[in-house]
Amino acid sequence: MKYFGSGHGACPGCGLPIAVKTVLNALDGKVFAVNSTGCLEIISSQYGKNAWGVPYIHSLFENAAGVAAGVEAALRAMKRKDEGYVVVFAGDGATADIGIGTLSGAFDRNHDILYICLDNEAYQNTGHQQSGLTPPGESTTTTPAGKVLPGKVGRKKDMLSIAVAHGIPYVASSSVGYVSDIRRKVKKAVKFEGAKYIQIHSPCVTGWGIDGSIAIKVARLAVETGLYPLVEYEYGKLTSVRKIKDRKPVEEYLKLQRRFRHLFTHEKGKEMIKLLQRFADENAERYGLDLKKE
Amino acid sequence: MKKVVRGFYSVAYSVKLCRPNVICAYPITPQTEIVENLAAMYANGELGEAEYITAESEFGAASILVGASAAGARVFTATCSQGLILMSEVLFNAAGMRLPIVLVNTNRALSAPLSIWNDHQDSMAMRDAGIMQVYVENNQEAHDMIPQAYKVAENKKVLLPFMVCMDGYKLTHAYEPVDLLEQEMVDSFLPPYEPAAYMTTKKPLAFGCYAPPHIYMEFRVAMQQAMERAKDVMLDVFKEWAEVSGRDWGGHITVDFPDSKIFVVAMGSVVGLLRKVVEELRNEGLSVGLIKIRTFRPFPVEEMREALKDAEKVIVLDRSVSFGYEGPVSIELKSAIYGYSSAEIYSFAVGLGGRDMPKDFLAKIIRDVGEGKEKPGFAFKGYQEFEEVIP
Repeated sequence: MKYFGSGHGACPGCGLPIAVKTVLNALDGKVFAVNSTGCLEIISSQYGKNAWGVPYIHSLFENAAGVAAGVEAALRAMKRKDEGYVVVFAGDGATADIGIGTLSGAFDRNHDILYICLDNEAYQNTGHQQSGLTPPGESTTTTPAGKVLPGKVGRKKDMLSIAVAHGIPYVASSSVGYVSDIRRKVKKAVKFEGAKYIQIHSPCVTGWGIDGSIAIKVARLAVETGLYPLVEYEYGKLTSVRKIKDRKPVEEYLKLQRRFRHLFTHEKGKEMIKLLQRFADENAERYGLDLKKE
Repeated sequence: MKKVVRGFYSVAYSVKLCRPNVICAYPITPQTEIVENLAAMYANGELGEAEYITAESEFGAASILVGASAAGARVFTATCSQGLILMSEVLFNAAGMRLPIVLVNTNRALSAPLSIWNDHQDSMAMRDAGIMQVYVENNQEAHDMIPQAYKVAENKKVLLPFMVCMDGYKLTHAYEPVDLLEQEMVDSFLPPYEPAAYMTTKKPLAFGCYAPPHIYMEFRVAMQQAMERAKDVMLDVFKEWAEVSGRDWGGHITVDFPDSKIFVVAMGSVVGLLRKVVEELRNEGLSVGLIKIRTFRPFPVEEMREALKDAEKVIVLDRSVSFGYEGPVSIELKSAIYGYSSAEIYSFAVGLGGRDMPKDFLAKIIRDVGEGKEKPGFAFKGYQEFEEVIP
């Protein structure tokens, strides 16, 4: 692999290298990669074992959008824009929690950057702590399922809407379960001048408690249940939705993963599964996910 | 061309002449007028091809400059106080990545209590970041220091951020006659930035790799070596500046009346007033000299040892406190001259949060030390007696 490859230390079945390779290949390696602290950074950028075949920078946990804005401004000022696209690769915690300030600033100023949020739904690098993008009912080390609590209580932060609210030209969700969808959206995104946001659902074998061999299956089930709708917004308008034929119940997705296993035995588990099903139904309604039978 | 200008303009105008590629800042009193002036120049098309970015915070501003500097741009920002502290995580990172970012810190006190007035607590908190720190005495020195800061920071033997520290209000808002530099002169003194390494798709490099224990320490040793080299590079640049500008600001320190028995050591704008005070005390017959510290990082260890080798008493006027110990300049100075001087050290914290330091006040401190009315050690001077009420 020319742009990302030998030397990286991801777990077998990890979604991150799949997403990163797909993005870099879609852009023919014409990329300035800006990475926040996190799993991807740790598996790919150890001194002497750099896995990146494109110019790469990692500064801090919470400033990737700011650093990317700076790279972009420098390329603009120095008339080097044609060298490549400025692409952020940041985790869900770096995006929705600690880094949302610099993200909002970069979106507000509409820097010509593509921001990829690699959403594995928790701080997985440090051993599975909850983030703003952790779904309700997930047992993490900071929201463990206990005698009283059934894992995380609350919602998964709606980052897509937050991105859309900034008025940036392109916002989309995608999934490692559908690499052709990632490829298409990345190619489309970079045609827009300004800030672009793509949130890619990416399985984490250790955090989610799945075998690497079923990672793609699980990622697809998130989409097929309506829990992770694949959508596109252009200039704030919803322009495309991946339709689902025979939407599956959320249990089919939940039961394969250790992070949700307690829901099937916990006193409040049923209630939580019902809540997750409600969120999936709301997604189906909001985005028109279900392919209607004639 | 000599003009009466305010401190913030003297900085902004000098920054413009250095032709930065990316300027990014967030407003904070009393720095704001520096970036406002730059913003006006940008709006009027006077900054060439430069990009001027209004960030969402000082943290954001510093982050943007990390990206821009890594991409090969010459960059500038200004901040102070809470803003500098908010930037601190990024600045430590920028130093480790060896990015020659130049910033101006318009020294201001730290909260709580909130204070917009001048002392040195903010930049002292950045002491260990790996950033060069130079303190200026007046607005001409601030004006002159900007091109020199770029020349030092961008030198391939150095490659570290450079912070020019100027006293908030006392300098930033003061009107002073400043001999404004000519573009031609700055262009010949400061060539365009040629980065040793930068982000380009033509030759992909990785910035900010993480380092396990087997290699981390080497990077930190390299930073220290760069700081040590910076001492010599600075002296060369200062000397060259004196030649091309006709204004010689001296080396890492300046010493007035080197044969004195008593020395006053200070940094920043108070030095101007201290010259007058020292002169008057000498007329009274007191053997007192003045040491102005220009370079705080890297610290002028050898210069201090030489200047104080025969001193009997040293009075350090600190504009901040390391709570639980004493003033940071005093701590550094003692450490530097240990074993090289038997002088008694009188360490005073003065002028915190903009507390006035009039001539008579300064003269009394020095006179009291001279007359043996003070004990060596640490004390605050110039505060009202009070009783802390803990409900």
